[in-house]
Amino acid sequence: MTEPKIPEALVRPVSDVNLVTSYQTVGPYFKIGLEALYRHDLTSPNTPGQLIEVAGTVFDADLVPVPDAILELWHADSSGRYMVEPQTKPFEDSFVGFGRVPTNEGGQFHFRTVKPGPVETDGSGRQAPHILVSVFMRGLLYRLITRIYFSDEAGNADDPVLRSVEFHRRDSLIAKADSAHRNRYVWNIFLQGENETVFFEL
Amino acid sequence: MNPFDAPQDRLVYRKFQEGVLPPNFCPAYVSSVKRAPRLPLVPLPQTISELTGPTFTPPESVQAVDLTKGAHGAAIGERIVVGGRVLDEDGRAIAGTLVEIWQANAAGRYLHARDQHDAPLDPNFTGCASFVTDAKGKFRFETIRPGEYPWRNHYNAWRPAHIHFSVFGPAFATRLITQMYFPGDALLPFDPIFNSIRNQPARERLIAAFDWEATVPEYGLGYRFDIVLRGRHETPMENKP
Repeated sequence: MTEPKIPEALVRPVSDVNLVTSYQTVGPYFKIGLEALYRHDLTSPNTPGQLIEVAGTVFDADLVPVPDAILELWHADSSGRYMVEPQTKPFEDSFVGFGRVPTNEGGQFHFRTVKPGPVETDGSGRQAPHILVSVFMRGLLYRLITRIYFSDEAGNADDPVLRSVEFHRRDSLIAKADSAHRNRYVWNIFLQGENETVFFEL
Repeated sequence: MNPFDAPQDRLVYRKFQEGVLPPNFCPAYVSSVKRAPRLPLVPLPQTISELTGPTFTPPESVQAVDLTKGAHGAAIGERIVVGGRVLDEDGRAIAGTLVEIWQANAAGRYLHARDQHDAPLDPNFTGCASFVTDAKGKFRFETIRPGEYPWRNHYNAWRPAHIHFSVFGPAFATRLITQMYFPGDALLPFDPIFNSIRNQPARERLIAAFDWEATVPEYGLGYRFDIVLRGRHETPMENKP
């Protein structure tokens, strides 16, 4: 059999590397693809630091809980350092600082981790303890980016990112210590409305 | 080296070009109306928090990933081979990044409890996989061409055939979730999700290319889907003596 003559451009498609790949929604069925890395507990038995739990609810414009959202978490360890060493297997046992949690039928999520330490940042000073959050769901074409701070951290007052947010909106980024449960924090996401959570452009 | 040490190279990711990112509030995509924020996004500096993220050791060669063989036999549908590279805007390979994919089966049905579309499930097809790119940023998987399916966004709405891709990239700032489409799909012009991207070349980047070279004789057609993540600038910090 002789091979047909085929134009080179068809044989080996060339893509324009100067243009980034854009985002599309995760849609309603992401669970089948993303469930393998769901992690409600980011710690391992010997992770140093203060064990905390963060829990909350994701609300839409009508304050209806969102049952099909997913949150991804990224934070420093208790000494304020990020895990930058490549993992051999995705998130096996040891603390990496990454988590992925879905909301349940009631729109609620929760996760357990160690409280991150303050993060030293070149040029912009010391950042108060915080967790970076990506939010994905059906209805969002592009991820939402936000941060979780903690209400019992004095360093919040000097945090360069919190200070860049209008004063009356800062509260949406701060998880409240639960007076009834030690080491538990409550943080809700409001996608729209009077208390819309601060979302960032990165 | 302490695994928690900061990376030596302080880099900052470039902004997205105009129209490349879809707006979150997009009335043609009905679910966005009650879920997309309405207030302007607040600019976030790229600190060490945003410039780090989970990374993985690249496999020695491209991982073999095959979704076409189920527990009881071959999945039903047209076998295809999808391959490509994860790169950045400057053409640098993104090695050791985790990619997760999920898709409908040949009949347009997901193996998901909430998918009530009246089309058959295939006991030999889960429609999901994950893999890590090799040192050259390459990946490759064999799967079944996904079917189109109806959804309730508007009257007689159908999603074009697509495969969902989740890619971490080197940092929190590069995290990407997107969809890969197929060339020549007649549904693309009608799809509000695909058309939410205003920049036409950016939209077309989501369409895989038929790849004759990757096509396996007597087995299945090849498609190429390169994923390009944000490129980086050096920060002034790095230029200091």
